[in-house]
Amino acid sequence: MATPTVARPSRPGWVSLTAGVVSVVVGVAGLLLGAAGIASSQVVRALLDALPFIEVDHGLTEIQLNVLFQIRAPRVVLGGMVGAILAVGGASYQGVFRNPLADPYLLGVAAGAGLGATVAFAVSGNADLLAPFAFVGGMAAVAVTYSLGRSVGGRTTTSLILAGVAVAAFATAIQTFVLQRNSETLRQVYSWILGQLVTVGWSDVLGLLPYALVASGVMLASRRILDVLSIGDEEAAALGVNVVRFRWVVVIAATLATAAAVSVSGLIGFVGIIVPHTIRLLFGVSYRVIVPLSLFFGAAFLMAADIVARTVVAPAELPIGVVTAFFGAPFFVMVLRSMRGPG
Amino acid sequence: MIIWEDVSVTYGATRVLGPLSLGVADGEWLGLIGPNGAGKSTLLKTALDAVEYEGTVSVANGDRRPGLDIAWMPQRPQMPVEMTVSDYVLLGRTPHVGYLGSESQNDLESVETALHKLNMIEFAPRTLGTLSGGEAQRAVLARALAQEAPVLLLDEPTASLDIGHALEVLEVLDELRKAERLTVVTAVHDLTLAGRFADRLVLLGNGVVRGDGSPAEVLTEELLRTHYGRGVRVINDEDGPTVVPKRSND
Repeated sequence: MATPTVARPSRPGWVSLTAGVVSVVVGVAGLLLGAAGIASSQVVRALLDALPFIEVDHGLTEIQLNVLFQIRAPRVVLGGMVGAILAVGGASYQGVFRNPLADPYLLGVAAGAGLGATVAFAVSGNADLLAPFAFVGGMAAVAVTYSLGRSVGGRTTTSLILAGVAVAAFATAIQTFVLQRNSETLRQVYSWILGQLVTVGWSDVLGLLPYALVASGVMLASRRILDVLSIGDEEAAALGVNVVRFRWVVVIAATLATAAAVSVSGLIGFVGIIVPHTIRLLFGVSYRVIVPLSLFFGAAFLMAADIVARTVVAPAELPIGVVTAFFGAPFFVMVLRSMRGPG
Repeated sequence: MIIWEDVSVTYGATRVLGPLSLGVADGEWLGLIGPNGAGKSTLLKTALDAVEYEGTVSVANGDRRPGLDIAWMPQRPQMPVEMTVSDYVLLGRTPHVGYLGSESQNDLESVETALHKLNMIEFAPRTLGTLSGGEAQRAVLARALAQEAPVLLLDEPTASLDIGHALEVLEVLDELRKAERLTVVTAVHDLTLAGRFADRLVLLGNGVVRGDGSPAEVLTEELLRTHYGRGVRVINDEDGPTVVPKRSND
């Protein structure tokens, strides 16, 4: 046909390119800035030197190289991965629950993961148990929220969110009780709750990598069906979608990755709501656009927040969860107003 | 072709449908009529496995694949207001695309064809939220047509259409089912309109078949008074039966 009036929902090329460039630029900025006071030009030269087949004289000492490649670099990469997971996890939850307010936090996943992590600290003091405990806690919480929400009032927005609020409150109550009984873990748990990207090097990155890859893969593969779900379960099923199975696959993948991210970074709020919604407001409602862009912009957002967290009060650090909420909330309101305002 | 055999639906202790048996041939248009709550929508939903039922529902080739063999237009479709018409109609191609796949050029052409058939092509870039009731209804029908299924189950396809658009939509359907030998089952409240287009009417009352035959055989004053509880006047002329409401003091 002469005029292609019908096309697959997609993002314009420049948007994808911008998303990629923004994440790389923010990532490099994250490497340039830090408390150790290494000159930017030297960092750039050291980075070039690290590329294959390129040799550049950077003049950095062994210690400075270690700071750059064993402390800053894994932290930047970890921040990018956690941000991408939280953003894409939020987008997926909003899609499968057909609820713009759904994110792993509102549905009690974070509180459940928090409870799991607290129990892990309190019972064993063994940091290796943190990830599995956080994961089990998160999955249990979302399962309870979902079944409560359904049993109370079908799949309406309100009953689901209220169920999430109840589950989160309940999990938080138990968490507080456990903390009170084990006050020696209070400090550890509290700093974990506020969110942090302090790493022990590349091992955290490698630990999170499989979760991030699986979750991103599942979400990217699911983005077309997420659009189908927007017409409701009954109609989606009439179009051949196995709605129940699809919803569980996405929820398990998103919860798995969120719980894994939370276990290394603590409770970093807001990313799963504001990143997908900003994309939705700017580039449309199709999940084919939202999911891939959430990966990029989620990574960029959290890497940028981390730069702020470790430079504003240097050499001390702000908890990154504080930064995401402090800058994210007004930014989101600004986008919301500019899109939904008069005219 | 679609065949219901000994189909019944019960909610708790209440039987809302059946047992009933019904067959609709290739190229046939069956109009389901009956008062509110007679079981028309429920009957359609059994074919989609959207309700639990006893008995069997089968289509021509035996296996009934959701979306591919049967297209359904719900009575109250959920329409995401920010989605464009073209993206919405494209959802109708879902059964033709693998889980990891993406729509082919052929799928996009099916969408264009469906939009052309319903005179909706100029609405393709508009969002659903900007459509009038009638335009939205045609968008839903376009989505069902884009499925290119041999059986069309349409629940109140003309509910919010004015008489002009209603006739236009029903005429398009009529041409299609004749040209492509589609099996069409519509649940319609407008008895006159149902009789004008369907080859055959089935009157449901309390979940069972109370009348089955040509429009002239089913649209009788006696049958309608019995099952709708109110008197109507039926005028038969060369256009077929016309059902005229009567006030109770007439």
